[in-house]
Amino acid sequence: MAYNWNWGVFLQVTPTGGEESYLDWMAYGFKMTVGLSLSAWVLALLFGAVIGVLRTVPNRWLAGFATAWVEIFRNIPLLVQLFLWYFVLPELLPPTLGDAFKQSHPVFQQFFASMLCLALFTSARVAEQVRSGIESLPRGQKNAGLAMGFTLPQTYRFVLLPMAFRIVVPPLTSEFLNIFKNSAVCSTIGLLELAAQGRQLVDYTAQPYESFIAVTLAYLVINVVVMAGMRWLEARVRIPGFIGGK
Amino acid sequence: MTTLRTLCRPFLALSAVAAALLASPAQAQELTGTLKKIKDTGTISLGHRESSIPFSYYDDKQQVVGYSHELMLKVVDAVKAELKLQSLNIKLMPVTSSNRITLVQNGSVDIECGSTTNNAERQKQVGFSNTIFIIGTRLMTRKTSGIQDFADLAGKNVVTTAGTTSERLLRRMNEEKQMKMNIISAKDHGESFLTLETGRAVAFMMDDALLYGEMAKAKRASDWVVVGTPQSFEAYGCMMRKDDPAFKKVVDAALARAMTSGEAEKIYARWFQQPIPPKGLNLGFPLSEAMQQIYKAPNDKAFE
Repeated sequence: MAYNWNWGVFLQVTPTGGEESYLDWMAYGFKMTVGLSLSAWVLALLFGAVIGVLRTVPNRWLAGFATAWVEIFRNIPLLVQLFLWYFVLPELLPPTLGDAFKQSHPVFQQFFASMLCLALFTSARVAEQVRSGIESLPRGQKNAGLAMGFTLPQTYRFVLLPMAFRIVVPPLTSEFLNIFKNSAVCSTIGLLELAAQGRQLVDYTAQPYESFIAVTLAYLVINVVVMAGMRWLEARVRIPGFIGGK
Repeated sequence: MTTLRTLCRPFLALSAVAAALLASPAQAQELTGTLKKIKDTGTISLGHRESSIPFSYYDDKQQVVGYSHELMLKVVDAVKAELKLQSLNIKLMPVTSSNRITLVQNGSVDIECGSTTNNAERQKQVGFSNTIFIIGTRLMTRKTSGIQDFADLAGKNVVTTAGTTSERLLRRMNEEKQMKMNIISAKDHGESFLTLETGRAVAFMMDDALLYGEMAKAKRASDWVVVGTPQSFEAYGCMMRKDDPAFKKVVDAALARAMTSGEAEKIYARWFQQPIPPKGLNLGFPLSEAMQQIYKAPNDKAFE
């Protein structure tokens, strides 16, 4: 196959005026991917923890609400959710509010819709893991907590959750990795994150292989860092005598 | 002597085989590259677009139609005649702006006629045929928006399609003239138009012919208007593998014949000046001066 390799392409100045090189574009995309994924992850953890706990509480209404949350955000494809947030929601809002959103800076609109979408989608998955963490504990722990005179919230706070969260660190690592990879979907609404910048580089320079290899490596770097960080966390919070502990 | 001859016999046989082997490529000397591949497999693989109205797109029956597609079929006829084939299978392969170059390079697609601009960067990777269309990059806006030209866009949200020349021009203009536009890069023309239609952007910059094509799909075509001084002119060509002069010669000859014989002008009229699928709208896009020149004297020159 006739292909002209040209790794110097990253140092070339882009043809859009100014002094940016293609490497600057990639750096911008990298920052966008990391910023978007981290902010969405923080929200996903918060929502996921609350919803996961609610799924296990005795109150049927609260548990029902949490189940609905999980089923809705887990079962609608990510891409469809993104389009709903970005294209459909502003049309459903009152016209003044919708128009104000649509007239705001495009990057803000794209970032906001993407962050919300990724956070809610991931929160459903985090919730399921938190629930399975809580349910994996022996039932006696909850009863013992209540018998000690703790209220139900106190039992969760001091007995159940400290154990449950430790148990679910490994599956949460997978979700954390997934949110970075899922963020590539946001290029479809025009957000210039890593994957979008990579594709843009192909369009501008007709050098697809260099660009895709660079993008792949960048994702790899992000994920290796996340994995190492989560390993450290896992080891750090381990309790001797329990799962994973020594 | 006898022994010597017996010894030599295998070598003689070998040399005869070698001669035969050498002779067979010599016989098929004209057939190399793409033409040889087409002859050997009895199949030509055509790259087409899915929504480049009216160049190459699916009509309401999911058939590939369009101006570029018809010209590509003329090329197929010429290839079939050149190779003296009884029958030639046509394999249709949809391509996008992002994968079309790779698919041509790796052999999945033998020729792609759609809305691909011939430019210097792409020429490093692929070959281009004679120019089949010339467009200018302009703006589409709502009739009531009051926007007349590019200068009116300062400080506003403007949409264009990612990976197009319009995107570059718009960004460069923004940088050089300090216009403070917010530029949205949508993934395809359909999405760009959606962005315009929903009021996220006040104008959509793109190749004029494609703007008229989007208008043909709009809920109410009469709401929209194409305005502004063209910021660049671009030549569309059919894309094929680089350094395959034999195939390029057949393709160029077929296109040149269609253009100089007046056939291309008829195809143009069918797609740009008559009602077209899917909604039966007439684009009403007159044959430009530049296009008339191309039809008179076909060439494969890029504009940039």
